[in-house]
Amino acid sequence: MKTRNVARISFPSRSANEAFARGALAAFLSQADPTVNQLADIKTAVSEAVTNCIVHAYPDRSGVVRMTLSLLEGGRVRIVIADSGVGIPDVEKAMEPLYTTGNPDERAGLGFAVMQSFMDRVKVTSQPGRGTRVILEKQLETRE
Amino acid sequence: MAKVTFSSAGDTLIAYLSGEIDHHSAQYLRDEIDSLLQSRMPQTLVLDFSAVSFMDSSGVGLILGRARRMQAGEGRVVVQQPPAQIQKMLELAHVAYV
Repeated sequence: MKTRNVARISFPSRSANEAFARGALAAFLSQADPTVNQLADIKTAVSEAVTNCIVHAYPDRSGVVRMTLSLLEGGRVRIVIADSGVGIPDVEKAMEPLYTTGNPDERAGLGFAVMQSFMDRVKVTSQPGRGTRVILEKQLETRE
Repeated sequence: MAKVTFSSAGDTLIAYLSGEIDHHSAQYLRDEIDSLLQSRMPQTLVLDFSAVSFMDSSGVGLILGRARRMQAGEGRVVVQQPPAQIQKMLELAHVAYV
């Protein structure tokens, strides 16, 4: 599928950048005029993926979060969020609802479940010690 | 940026949340709410989401953490007036609201 526009952004894994990532995403997607609900869904999924990088990928140090936003022909959005952190030993297990390696009193363990529920496609690849890459895709509704 | 203001009536404490709730802002909200829970020791904590413009699953963690805390003292948490997008998140997490 041909790419109509693309933006690449990288930022340190600081929690203050969660809102920045959502803001940058909203600014990029404004050219595609998404519905309020679709934009909210994508912002939520991106917030989950970026938070995973900050909480899990770099537990003891700051690292870089790379976000690639692509608008494809036909109104499809593809977002890649990648880190060079600790990686996930068992991706299938990590994607189970309620599974978390964070503080169970404050983390719901719903990050991947939210991404899967709010997006059309979620693909996660990870190498322990090398990092994790999350691909999120959603088809935007066309407005008549 | 998220904010929280409080009102109380009898043994009920109402926390009016506003703004965007994510992992970053949830830490601040948790500290503010827990500080009031410790000093007032209410039987019911109402979390009002009517002015929340965004919430990811960190907000669910905020609710569940406060619910565990209240239940430890035989109290309860009520989640009220979530906007539509937040209802979607709560339903995914099986969190009841009014």
